[in-house]
Amino acid sequence: MTLHNSIPVDLSTTLGNAWFPSPIFTASGCASSGKELAQFFPLKDIGAVVTKSVMTKPRHGRPTPRMAETPSGMLNSIGLQGPGIDAFLTNDVPWLLEQKARVIVSIAGETIEEYSTLARKLRSTPGISAVEVNISCPNVENRGMVFASNLDHSRRVIDGVRKTIGGELPIIAKLTPDVTDITEIATGVVDAGADALALINTVLGMVINIDTMRPHLGGKTGGLSGPAIRPVAVRAIYQVHAALPKVPILGMGGVSSGRDALELILAGASGVSVGTASFGDPTAVISIQNELRALLAARGFATLSQAVGFAHRELSLGGEK
Amino acid sequence: MVGTIMASINKNAAQQHAVLLSNKRVGAYHQIILNVGDVVKSCRPGNFVAIRVGGPSSKMILRRAFAISRTSESSQYGGTMELIVAPHGSGSSWLCSQVEGAEIDIIAPLGTSFGIPTEPISALLIGGGYGSAPLFGLADVLKNRGCKVDMLLGASNGSKIYAPMEGKRSVNSLKIFTEDGSMGETGRVTSQLVDIVRDREVDVIYSCGPMAMLSAITELVKDLDVIHQCAVEESMACGIGICMTCVLPVEAEDGTVSMVRSCIDGPVMDGSNVRWELVGSVPEVQQ
Repeated sequence: MTLHNSIPVDLSTTLGNAWFPSPIFTASGCASSGKELAQFFPLKDIGAVVTKSVMTKPRHGRPTPRMAETPSGMLNSIGLQGPGIDAFLTNDVPWLLEQKARVIVSIAGETIEEYSTLARKLRSTPGISAVEVNISCPNVENRGMVFASNLDHSRRVIDGVRKTIGGELPIIAKLTPDVTDITEIATGVVDAGADALALINTVLGMVINIDTMRPHLGGKTGGLSGPAIRPVAVRAIYQVHAALPKVPILGMGGVSSGRDALELILAGASGVSVGTASFGDPTAVISIQNELRALLAARGFATLSQAVGFAHRELSLGGEK
Repeated sequence: MVGTIMASINKNAAQQHAVLLSNKRVGAYHQIILNVGDVVKSCRPGNFVAIRVGGPSSKMILRRAFAISRTSESSQYGGTMELIVAPHGSGSSWLCSQVEGAEIDIIAPLGTSFGIPTEPISALLIGGGYGSAPLFGLADVLKNRGCKVDMLLGASNGSKIYAPMEGKRSVNSLKIFTEDGSMGETGRVTSQLVDIVRDREVDVIYSCGPMAMLSAITELVKDLDVIHQCAVEESMACGIGICMTCVLPVEAEDGTVSMVRSCIDGPVMDGSNVRWELVGSVPEVQQ
């Protein structure tokens, strides 16, 4: 054991005015509403549970097949299946709060008005830490409805949520990397009232079955996740942190070890969500958290915040304590 | 008569590294025995196991789900679990290439189990190809309860019928069907189903196999007084209920149809509740 490993590391982090004891969260759409993973670890032991993006009404999602494994990744085409906001707020949020989990509620809408409706419901829900506004799900019926590939639409969604929800609850805008310049969208949603940014949603992809010679997924296209997209996430986080150094970033994209989480943090993430890795290992979130703590200690970081964005520092300035 | 299908989210599931005790090739399949210890106490026929494949540097990131064929508590190794695996894809081929002593990362038991009757009923077990795996352990349990157990196994050809001798030991009768006639009778496993159910006064059908077979059984017996419990095989990314990929359209008592996860609300389901005709599409939203 090196000397550094004995130094306690303060892993706590903040997104807007929300405080979390650890930067390691679940990722929206990869942990349902927490009940399934609770068999494997206490949900209060991680930074936060980010719940699956919920819409105003119950929704069946897309037809099967919904999944295709790809090299070091997978495509999913779920299409925001869910219970609708009312059932979610009645059944899932109280249960999560009973577990003493910190809860970030992810919302998704088909229209700008739907996001505002969802925000209105959340405004009167006590106990939640933040709201993730998912404006980048690639699996809605109309590809043109991905708000986050359009600057004006992105701004209007966030503006509507901000006005409805008031100034208390932090807004995290979840963006897609499938744009020409992600810093432009990021700047736009921050101007419109986002407190933090979630980077990145899945990357749009397709698999064709060479036996049927047709697209494999029922929804034809799907979102690519897993280690295959991690460099895309690191790049997006790095670019956005460089452009907006004061805006906290919740990073995600293929993180499956503490080493991967540290990479996103060095690029500029203040928190890291673990998604697809939980499919292969239900306790991935816990092991990543433990590995991250050891890696930070081994590099002499006493706090997580010292490591956030460290990759942007000039080499000659390195080693600052 | 038949206990309700248990649905609780991953209540007994545990992750462990299980030592592979044996791996024998049986026709087109591999019979794999894992030492799983006390986990066998909570395994029921119909449950499945999710296995990490490919080793630590693999590009395969998702677990593979396999039906638990049998469990045993009395062997010299403690609790053991038997799997019947066909080396179809890269994940199952990896598992079939593992040798004695290998440590296999498993999560088990997962999913619902077959309802076991409290009375000595007449049961008909129907397996399609690879899907016969969980029926052998089920047959043992039913026989121990004094049930009459008949089994029908079907496949495209004889090499895809898993261990017919094995099947015979735990059942009153075994009938084999192959589409090419290379073993047993020529035809599909469902070809004489209605007559068999009537003649043998079958109370419960337990089935496992391809979706088309499960759907055909449901249709054939819909007007008969018989319960049909089937174990579905839908591709899964996680096996523990968080990925939402393995969904099937299932009708609830109030008539509403929803997309339910075959990993936690299955794999064992009541065949008459599954809206087989909607598989591959999406039901209308009912408000």
